[in-house]
Amino acid sequence: MSTESLRIVWIYPDLLSTYGDRGNMLILARRAQLRGMPVEVLEVRSDQRLPATADIYLIGGGEDGPQALGAQRLMADGGLHRAVAQGSVVFGVCAGYQLLGTSFFAKGTRCAGLELLDIASDRGPTRAVGELAGEVDARLGIPYLTGFENHGGRTHLGPGVSPLARVTAGVGNDGATEGAWRGKLLGTYSHGPALARNPALADLLLRWATGIHQLPALDDTWAERLRSERRAAVAAAVRA
Amino acid sequence: MPLRAKVASSVSRTAAALSRAAGRGDGSVIGGWIGLKIDPDLLAHLSAGRAIALVSGTNGKTTTTRLTTAAVGVLGRVATNSFGANMPTGHTSALAKAGSTPYAVLEVDEHYLAQVLEATEPHVVALLNLSRDQLDRAKEVAMMAQLWRAALVRHPDVRVVANADDPLVVWAATPPADPAQGHFPPHVTWFSAGQRWQDDSWVCPECGSAIQRSGEQWWCSGCPLRRPQPQWTVEDDGVLDPTGAWHKVQLQLPGRVNLGNAATALAVAAEFGVRPVDAVSRLGAVSSVAGRYAQVDRDGRNIRLLLAKNPASWLEAFDMADLAPTLLSINARDPDGLDTSWLFDVDFAPLRGRQVLITGDRAYDLAVRLDVNGVPFQHVRSFDEAIRAVPPGRLEVIANYTAFQDIRAELDRVN
Repeated sequence: MSTESLRIVWIYPDLLSTYGDRGNMLILARRAQLRGMPVEVLEVRSDQRLPATADIYLIGGGEDGPQALGAQRLMADGGLHRAVAQGSVVFGVCAGYQLLGTSFFAKGTRCAGLELLDIASDRGPTRAVGELAGEVDARLGIPYLTGFENHGGRTHLGPGVSPLARVTAGVGNDGATEGAWRGKLLGTYSHGPALARNPALADLLLRWATGIHQLPALDDTWAERLRSERRAAVAAAVRA
Repeated sequence: MPLRAKVASSVSRTAAALSRAAGRGDGSVIGGWIGLKIDPDLLAHLSAGRAIALVSGTNGKTTTTRLTTAAVGVLGRVATNSFGANMPTGHTSALAKAGSTPYAVLEVDEHYLAQVLEATEPHVVALLNLSRDQLDRAKEVAMMAQLWRAALVRHPDVRVVANADDPLVVWAATPPADPAQGHFPPHVTWFSAGQRWQDDSWVCPECGSAIQRSGEQWWCSGCPLRRPQPQWTVEDDGVLDPTGAWHKVQLQLPGRVNLGNAATALAVAAEFGVRPVDAVSRLGAVSSVAGRYAQVDRDGRNIRLLLAKNPASWLEAFDMADLAPTLLSINARDPDGLDTSWLFDVDFAPLRGRQVLITGDRAYDLAVRLDVNGVPFQHVRSFDEAIRAVPPGRLEVIANYTAFQDIRAELDRVN
């Protein structure tokens, strides 16, 4: 950690917060606090400077206009690039995932991304809306991914990143893979409060940020019931 | 009315009655659906000769429609879609069922406003608010404001009653005038109903700059869009009208949000010439609206039903609810939207200190949310189990759409 407390920054909630994106910030803070870590949470609006010294940066989903504006402001600000160079963790969701790449489509035009992940996004033939599930890259050591997706993009992965998961339900990047990661940067189409259904993913981000490999276990009874229920619902929908 | 429309109207009424008799619902959709099959212009035919008000927005439209109907009732009989069936089939059914009336007040689903404006040629349209609601299906919020704006440009003669506190509504209600193109600015009367939920209007719909707020004022930092001066406002437990006269409003419906809805209803009724002083006592006679706010006594518990469909309306529900045991019920069926992510847009902290019970198809999503929020809760598998779990006295029930209907059915379709 950069300081005595874990610093979590939620980037531009005024632009990129459409589907309960606040949840990821709340969940990370809660899981750190339950383990006795002091936590500092910062919501940085798009008219403010982005501090470069936080441990975890969160970028949420948004509509086309705010997505393009958010990418422009992040490039002009430069804080996120400096933070990544210093080893900070970045978690991007949906529009926030796309804008970490080299380019994305918004309002019918190709927009330049932050080039932090080797991915490029364009428009798919249909909008992907519904449950999303996948088997996560074994190197990350976490169980299956479950979430809800709602996006019109398709994302193409370059050699500089690995897919987060192999899709078992839904579309994700392209119907075969979902999300991407490199180093301590990770993005997903599992939108909104993605960490609510994936507490192990939340803990992965906390391990990356703190360097603590054995985090004390928490009572995840309700999250586990939710995961089982969603997995059963997806399986039932496939059978139907 | 043309013969085809008369037949369609009659068949529509019969089908609705059959549907009710068969216990298949309140008949407010099926009748209109059949009528429109026989005469696609039936809604236009049924609208002709009536002075009509449309009420649209993300939240509060059913209640505001009910209050407006009561207020306009000062002048004569009013047709209305009082069951919340707010698409053209529901409007058709409501007008057919009401027979000939001089007035109609219709709640309109925000997606259908343009279509219903076209069919009914209303005298006035009330625009309440726009916020996120079932985003897995609904048009995103800014797109909805754009659709409203485009519809109003095509109907410059319609009088608009709009919420000055919602930047998206203000922008939608003030399309650019271009007299050379035949586009004239609409006549707008502004009301202030407050806006507890602001997270969908931090970005200016006109220019993309940040919206600034201070107290009740808001303005765009990059263009002239700003809060207009409202002519109708809520003050203390009453409503201030454009002449500066204050009218005490004694509602049976709870919460400050319903005082705002009352102000809106009085503003809409005034467009028909209703004086607020004549209408205000009628608002106090409204006790529940399609089951919303209804109170039912069972096994010594006084159960009150509150509907909350999206983040903005959850905030209002917490404000309305008493400090009493509270049952929360969440489904994610088609009418609710399949996505429960919005649960994290709601801060459930106001429930701390109350006994909280949860149920519904998606109770586990709610459980995870409450856990993160630090709100203790108990999961129950049925409404009966919930009743047994709380002491005698008030039980507040806050539920989203189909969960609300499920509980209403358990309570014998209470209205």
